[in-house]
Amino acid sequence: MNKGVAVTGMGIISALGNGVEANFKALIDARDGISFPEILITKHTHLPVGEVKISNFNLEKNLLIANDHSYTRAALLGIAAVKEAMKSSGLSEKELLSTGFISGSSVGGMDATEKYYLEYESSKSHHQFIPAQHPGFTTKKISDYHNIKGFTTTISTACSSGANAIMLGARLIKAGELDRVIVGGTDCLTKFTLNGFNSLKILSEEKCKAFDDSRNGLNLGEGAAYLVLEAEHLAKDKKIIGRVLGYGNANDAYHQTASSETGEGAYRAMKDALEVAGIAVEKIDYINAHGTATRNNDLSESNAIKQIYSSKIPDLSSTKAFTGHTLAAAGALEAVFSILSLQKNLIFPNLNFFNPMQESGLLPITELKHKSVNYVLSNSFGFGGNCTSLIFSKNE
Amino acid sequence: MSRAIYITGIGAISAQTEESIFSEKPVIYNSNIFQAISPNFKEYIPAMALRRMSKAIKMGLTAGKIALQDANVELPAAIITGTGEGCKQDTEKFLESMLAQEEELLTPTSFIQSTHNTVGGQIALNLKCTGYNLTYSQENASLESALIDAILLLKEKLSMNSVLVGGVDEISKKITSFGNLNGFLKQGKIDNLGLFSQRSRGTITSEGAFFFNLTTEYNENCYAKIKAVSNFNTDSSSVEISEKIIDFLSRNGLKLKDLDIFFLGKNGDLEQDKIYEELQISIFAESCQLAYKHLAGDFNTVSGFAIWLSCLILKKQEIPAILKLNTVSSTKPKNILIYNFSSNSNHSLILLQKP
Repeated sequence: MNKGVAVTGMGIISALGNGVEANFKALIDARDGISFPEILITKHTHLPVGEVKISNFNLEKNLLIANDHSYTRAALLGIAAVKEAMKSSGLSEKELLSTGFISGSSVGGMDATEKYYLEYESSKSHHQFIPAQHPGFTTKKISDYHNIKGFTTTISTACSSGANAIMLGARLIKAGELDRVIVGGTDCLTKFTLNGFNSLKILSEEKCKAFDDSRNGLNLGEGAAYLVLEAEHLAKDKKIIGRVLGYGNANDAYHQTASSETGEGAYRAMKDALEVAGIAVEKIDYINAHGTATRNNDLSESNAIKQIYSSKIPDLSSTKAFTGHTLAAAGALEAVFSILSLQKNLIFPNLNFFNPMQESGLLPITELKHKSVNYVLSNSFGFGGNCTSLIFSKNE
Repeated sequence: MSRAIYITGIGAISAQTEESIFSEKPVIYNSNIFQAISPNFKEYIPAMALRRMSKAIKMGLTAGKIALQDANVELPAAIITGTGEGCKQDTEKFLESMLAQEEELLTPTSFIQSTHNTVGGQIALNLKCTGYNLTYSQENASLESALIDAILLLKEKLSMNSVLVGGVDEISKKITSFGNLNGFLKQGKIDNLGLFSQRSRGTITSEGAFFFNLTTEYNENCYAKIKAVSNFNTDSSSVEISEKIIDFLSRNGLKLKDLDIFFLGKNGDLEQDKIYEELQISIFAESCQLAYKHLAGDFNTVSGFAIWLSCLILKKQEIPAILKLNTVSSTKPKNILIYNFSSNSNHSLILLQKP
């Protein structure tokens, strides 16, 4: 039988707070992390965001990083989340030398590029950030900081990057190519992404309302989250906090940014994940939906879920209203939430929901719900038609 | 049991052509940044769509389609892409508008096309391929990461018979030119063919797309067998790297003497090339040594150019003199090792074999 791949540690930093405990507390209190931009310098101060309220200066101070470095904000957030994941798994410095690292990032160090772009030619003072724009550089800064020396790579598939990183890590362990790997994603708020999504007219000026009939767009967020995955022979003497049981990746092949109305890619990703997990669809106790609160995503995702479930749809919620849409980190943040759901037997609420969508009538869970949770399905979809579904289970 | 994996179709767009290299008439460039030679994109992409596409999308989609046609595959089961710096032209366009217009009145087209997985997504869209689709962006090990995933995928799913895998990177006006500011590019008078004799810091850069159809089914059109691909990190001393290379070969049942060709990622940077040069006079002293960055420039996915050349060398059983770094000859090349690294990180090894 498929036992899945053991998760032995996790770490997170988001608008809900720094660390798993702070995030969990906010989730059970139904307290969102949505505010207006204060650390991100932008004209669009009226657009709500899920901002981590710790400045780069304070992140650097906490991580004991000296001046004159090339750490961008996504790297700093990533370092903090990896640090917690390593600690919770109890990894030693020696173990890190053979540990793999797979990180998702969509815009890497764009925060530095947009700050210094116009001065690079006239001043040398920030030239160390020139290569920092690219996602692989962000990954390298995180792995260098922690001296992680195993197989290292970066996945950049927009908003499904973090979920894909978890999938790749699980596959490499299953295939025996790696014994231990840290997987997840990081992205920070940037003017580039905020203005990009704003130009697409898919940012809401209110707190986002996933799956609500009057939903009118997403809130952008930032954060980082990582899991430690280990092969059986290493995990057997450790506390296993959950398992990556299934994964599926498919392409919608419909449009560069919009999802097809039928949710073809999403349907295929979920179906493949269930097949890899080797469980019947009815076994899923909770769906942590992608649920960005754009008109397009929530309709497409609802249709795909309804295609998978001809009869009763399991408890479902989107946690985007808590954290904002953290792009490449989203799948990783939601993996941490999925594992918390399994550990605590809780379904986290879909905030700001009032009226079901006319087309689907889907009713998400709107208040914290206690029930036995054994299997969680988590969806992450991105630009380029990229669709990824992950299935997490208890360690049983 | 692990299955053999073959390259059955190749497609490449770079600053050289198959003809320019195999007829020993390489295209000469006198600038530290030079563009890829465009094929007639209209033969592959509808004119309407073409107008909105950056060079990376045009090159990637076209090279992908050439590789599939070459392999006689209509629809691959998966598309895996590597790109070190992604869609820089669209990124730059959106970024510059945003800065110039102070975050006002922006149009989304260039933002939409700025994500790193645009090329992989556009190939899927063009082919209506709903299969597995992933994009890696690990600096100069991006294409290698994509290859590692492709090999894993073909070993996991026995039903999978075709994976399109490739690397693409483009030049953009501003971001590429930043290489003049931070020492990445050579300054002063440059001739690409003289890259290795200049003995100075920095390199030259260009752009390109290199796609390959991978399958587990052997056929007579096969170019090469992909034996293995590996990325590793090390505190690069040539001794430690030598050990890693020997270990990699032995895991694949080979000894140093079995290697016919050692394909090096030398880029003309005096400091960086020291490692390669130490390997040239030690473990690879008896092997036929080849280089390629003097022809296609140095960029994150240019190792695809070396894979493409290796495929042609194995098929034609002919080694163009313009690639040669030493006088050791190889009359019947069978085993080729491609080794690349950049700024002391992302070391990668690709082992190809005549099928």
